[in-house]
Amino acid sequence: MIDYNSIVNNTVRAIKPSGIRKFFDIANEMEDVISLSVGEPDFHTPWHIREEGIFALEKGRTRYTPNRGFLKLREEIASYLKRHFQVAYEPGQEILVTVGGSEAIDLCVRVLINPGDEVLIPEPSFVCYVPITQMAGGVPVIIETKPENEFRLTEEELEEKITEKTKLLVLPYPNNPTGAVMGRKDLEAVARVVERHNLMVLSDEIYSTLTYGGEPHVSFSSLPGMKERTVLVNGFSKSHSMTGWRLGYAAGPKELISLMTKLHQFAIMSAPTMSQYAAIEAMKNGDEDIAYMRTQYDMRRRLILDGLNRIGLRCFEPKGAFYVFPSIRSTGLTSQEFCEKLIYSKHVAVVPGDAFGASGEGFVRISYCYSVGHITEALERIEAFLKEL
Amino acid sequence: MAMEQLLEVLQKEAKLSTAQLAAMLGEKEEDVIKAIARYEKAGIIKGYHTLINWENTDAHRATALIELRVSPKKDTGFDEIAGRVMNFSEVESVYLMSGGYDLAVTVTGKTMSDIAMFVARRLATIDGVLSTATHFVLTKYKDGGVVFHSDYEEIDERGSNLCD
Repeated sequence: MIDYNSIVNNTVRAIKPSGIRKFFDIANEMEDVISLSVGEPDFHTPWHIREEGIFALEKGRTRYTPNRGFLKLREEIASYLKRHFQVAYEPGQEILVTVGGSEAIDLCVRVLINPGDEVLIPEPSFVCYVPITQMAGGVPVIIETKPENEFRLTEEELEEKITEKTKLLVLPYPNNPTGAVMGRKDLEAVARVVERHNLMVLSDEIYSTLTYGGEPHVSFSSLPGMKERTVLVNGFSKSHSMTGWRLGYAAGPKELISLMTKLHQFAIMSAPTMSQYAAIEAMKNGDEDIAYMRTQYDMRRRLILDGLNRIGLRCFEPKGAFYVFPSIRSTGLTSQEFCEKLIYSKHVAVVPGDAFGASGEGFVRISYCYSVGHITEALERIEAFLKEL
Repeated sequence: MAMEQLLEVLQKEAKLSTAQLAAMLGEKEEDVIKAIARYEKAGIIKGYHTLINWENTDAHRATALIELRVSPKKDTGFDEIAGRVMNFSEVESVYLMSGGYDLAVTVTGKTMSDIAMFVARRLATIDGVLSTATHFVLTKYKDGGVVFHSDYEEIDERGSNLCD
């Protein structure tokens, strides 16, 4: 019998699983579970976008596309980035269409990182940056962002972690799971450090259309001098409710995009063709959908924030993405205990904050990609749960 | 306050408390209470209903859409006839339409033959009604913005992508 453990790649074997599997298994076996745990929109892909995907199938447009993605799509992406975030990218050489934002993140890290290079990763954040760094032979260096700073990355926290080996900074804002955003001033402070220490930046802006309360999202590469240091990652999943279409993109210096394309062409060939047709429509005629969904999310955000504060779970006001990240310290429970007790006693599923890094301990992630009725029901159950503690 | 937004939310979620509405809209609760009172008084908010799928109950109920062609009166136009039509408690809604007919009337009754008799005896005989065409509703797929047909009801297929 083959001992697979002894033959597989050591790094892959050593990567820790996310650890909340057990927790979701519980949720799946229960009836009447109210979940506030998923990280994807409840809205369907807008019909006019789905229709373009259908037309592509009907017309038999099911072959490979160019490795970088259709030029037409890259042109539309360039126009979209200019229109929404005032950043100019040349569609011919500076944009690559990928299989979701995640592939773009993976490619960017693999292209930039030599063994031993350090990658700065603010946490709490989405779970992929650390394993992707490890797979590339890099060394993840965690920066713990703090609730008193509303989980923004500060100049001092960044400066503190920089060594001679630091190569890349990951900027995951608007942030999953905290809902934190980085305003222009915050980013300018980061840019100064980046310039001073000659760093590169992977700016994961997948939630860029979902910011609330006035200040629109600022793309890191729109800051003076940062475009040449930044790989901007974005996609269609959150902005246009297109998670299952598996489509994202990277925009950056042509030298890096060209190397990323080299990896992409060998591993992926080209992103899904029907999805690309749909995405062209999303970029051209989807701005109203974005505005509509943002308005709906914003109302739910305020509803859930108000509800949580009312029932005694302290919560800073998240200005982005579709999560709230309340502190559960007042209950005296750990994040894992809180979530397990909550699901067993009230059948409400939320995600323990430490799933997103050790600094998430003492918090839970609550998603508001759910209907208003679903949210109010969950709030009532959580309130009852807290009273019984 | 964004009046349209309050109305849009209420149209979908009439059961929310004024405190919840205020939170969602980023307004003070007292302002929401005042605004709702104002809309009710001004006849903008006309009532709060429950959407019931009668097909799933044991109750006998039939619904029909009736197209009425009428000749408008010289002074009162369509208003007078519409007024007569809507006086009947069997009549659920009356719309003035553009196109091939004038009034679209929704009628509910216990059975289809009740409705047919009602149209023949009550509506067709109104002075000024030229013709009627009765279309019975066989099933309601969607009503009031809500999907009724269980085959088409939303199933949340989203899972966690953090599992492994």
